[in-house]
Amino acid sequence: MNGEATIEVNGLRKRFGPTAALNGMSFTVRPGRVTGFVGPNGAGKSTTMRVILGLDAADEGTALVGGRPYRCLRDPLRHVGALLDAAALQPSRTARNHLLWLAHSQGLEARRVDEVIEQVGLRSAARRRAGGFSLGMRQRLGIAAALLGDPPVLMLDEPVNGLDPEGIMWIRGFLRSLAAQGRAVLVSSHLMSELQGTADHLIVVGRGRVIADTGVADLIAAASRGRVTVRTLAPERAMAALVPTGAAVTVTGGDTLTVSGVPAERIVEFLAANAVPFSEVAAHRATLEEAYMELTRDAVEFRAAGRETAR
Amino acid sequence: MTTVSHRSTPKTRRQGFARLLHAEWTKFRTVRGWVIGMASAALVTVLLGVFSASGSQSSCGAPGEACPAVPVGPGGEAVDDKFYFVHRSLEGNGAITVRVTSMTGQIRKPDATSGVRNVVPGLEPWAKAGVIIKAGTRLGSTYAALMVTGRHGVRMQHDFTHDTAGRPGGVSRTSPRWLRLIRSGDTLTGYESADGGQWAKVGTAHLAGLPATVQVGLFAASPGDLTVQQADLGGSIAAIRFAQATAVFDRVSLQGKAAGGAWSRDDMGATREPDGEIHHPGGVVQSGGTFTVTGVGDIAPRAEGQTIEKTLSGVVAGLLVVIVVAVVFITAEYRRGLMRTTLLAGPRRGRTLTAKAIVIAAVTFIAGLAATGVMVPLGTHILRSNGNYILPVSSLTELRVAAGMAALFAVFAVFAFALGAVFRRSAAAITVALVVIILPRIIATTSVLPTGASQWLLRLTPAAGFAIQQSIPAYPQVLGDHTPQAGYYPLAPWAGLAVSCGYAALALGLAVFLLRRRDA
Repeated sequence: MNGEATIEVNGLRKRFGPTAALNGMSFTVRPGRVTGFVGPNGAGKSTTMRVILGLDAADEGTALVGGRPYRCLRDPLRHVGALLDAAALQPSRTARNHLLWLAHSQGLEARRVDEVIEQVGLRSAARRRAGGFSLGMRQRLGIAAALLGDPPVLMLDEPVNGLDPEGIMWIRGFLRSLAAQGRAVLVSSHLMSELQGTADHLIVVGRGRVIADTGVADLIAAASRGRVTVRTLAPERAMAALVPTGAAVTVTGGDTLTVSGVPAERIVEFLAANAVPFSEVAAHRATLEEAYMELTRDAVEFRAAGRETAR
Repeated sequence: MTTVSHRSTPKTRRQGFARLLHAEWTKFRTVRGWVIGMASAALVTVLLGVFSASGSQSSCGAPGEACPAVPVGPGGEAVDDKFYFVHRSLEGNGAITVRVTSMTGQIRKPDATSGVRNVVPGLEPWAKAGVIIKAGTRLGSTYAALMVTGRHGVRMQHDFTHDTAGRPGGVSRTSPRWLRLIRSGDTLTGYESADGGQWAKVGTAHLAGLPATVQVGLFAASPGDLTVQQADLGGSIAAIRFAQATAVFDRVSLQGKAAGGAWSRDDMGATREPDGEIHHPGGVVQSGGTFTVTGVGDIAPRAEGQTIEKTLSGVVAGLLVVIVVAVVFITAEYRRGLMRTTLLAGPRRGRTLTAKAIVIAAVTFIAGLAATGVMVPLGTHILRSNGNYILPVSSLTELRVAAGMAALFAVFAVFAFALGAVFRRSAAAITVALVVIILPRIIATTSVLPTGASQWLLRLTPAAGFAIQQSIPAYPQVLGDHTPQAGYYPLAPWAGLAVSCGYAALALGLAVFLLRRRDA
């Protein structure tokens, strides 16, 4: 499965009028893990996915699935499963019939339709019209469609958007199990928190290009940068004690300071030596969200500024 | 996972296309509204046809009185076989030669003073007189005739529908016309001459099954005078009035084993009044070797009567429904965002769109064939039982009308579907389809426009394809109201269908081109 289970995106550029939607987007999605594709709205995630799937044409660059452009794939749903828009359904067609025409287009048997229906837990609703489905059911149906061809590559655009917590839990577990089977799974989101606990690897994008292509653990470590939070009822005295040691100290609350440049053990020493009372000294561990905010801040600010000047 | 070769073989490509067809068919049949729509298109066509046929009553004289039988020609078509015939039997091969020295006539024009017959001298363009060899006096029997006409020169005609032109010009005492018709087996050959010395061949006819003994002689006939008046709202009223032709023959000579004695005289196809008198009788005056023959009527294919396509008056309503379903078959996918899913399953866009077009065409053809296949036999049955005379056509023509209209349904469905793909919006596509398919047909056949303009509409617009339903051709040798309003299309049936096909192909080509260029 591994040879086929890759997505290679190389130097994609695409303009919509004056806006550059993709500005040299390049990355590789590898098999056996869930790759989060994250960035603020408008960063080019959906456009990149549509280019990979041959729906949109890029002005420049290539996007290959298993080494080939999507359009050259025979029975493409056996190579790539994609969920772009769960609402894209003919409302009067039943869920099963929706999957059935997709199956027929790939030379798949109706038996396979029943298998994926079972897999996503839609059996009881399979013969109901898709128009009456809740968002969660539509997402499940969309995932069933993506799984239909048992593809080595899966691409899901904002799959947890609008789901209830139970649905989110289900999708997370499901995606992890798909990756564990050796598939390449690319999941986009504009909220890092949605990917926390799901993604093994992250591709962070902003302004149509990749900002970071990194493992989740590395990203958090980089964002933490050895900061320490000190909780004290005497912040002024604590500052007076810590500044001479060369630490950078900022007041981050009425009774909290954030200290960097000095390890937590030394901070405890200094505070004790100067008899500064404190209730907590904790090494700060950045959340994925914070790391993401830090990475994308520039991209977002730039976009906002750019929009203003455009007006 | 096995590696798949980049290049697909022709076989797998065919397989791939069959899968797309299968998928599109599954899509169509799993939306109940589309299936119901297609079925109702067929149903509407049948119901309106039955309604219209039931309302068409006809009788001859008193209600319930049977109409006189209409003669049928050797080709199976209804014919007029009405002329004054001066004849003898001829056994085996032989020939007849005559000189025509005069041809005159009378035409009744619309009354200038009410109640006073307004008859003026003159000849109908297709008034005809000359020599004829006919299997017998049975109406509709096979024949060949060589004749001079009112305004179309010398003609050789046979078996009602065939017409060959000779030299143009009329006849007079100073410039007479010699005519000679020779029988040799099944072959009849016509010659003409200005002086009886120099002969020019006009034409040859092969009459299958011509008996050994035939009737040979002189004839005269004149079709009625046709006037078409423009009525209010652009409608037209066609009226046919009495006309007769009189020709003077001399130097009559027969070769071969002709019966001796007096010439027989028959007012062929004449209708009798209730008192037994012949309505507008013909006649002959013989003095020495000169025969003056006067005749009324025509020897020609008949156009009076209902045509089988009259049973298809519901097709316009049926087509409205077909157009809507065909457009929505694709615009619904755009509206729901499903087009992306379709293109993910079949990323080669030209093939995917073509597969979709083929499915809508096939479905529409079947629905159309169900409608026309029921309506043509059922409608003609209803029309007949209401006393209407239906111009007979061959079963091949019947098949062409029924299957051809079903094909036209399919062609229009593809056209509308392609417009849907181009516009990606139902309202725009449906509007354009109606304006270019249905509107020209309605305008052209309800005589809102002058005939010439109507005919151009039916040549140039996609509506040209409606010509496929015309069962009775417009014979040039018959003067008639050959207008779209009267059911005559300016293009031949298959040519008309080809025009519509051309539009559908063009629209589909444009749709594929745009689909390939646009981002989905």
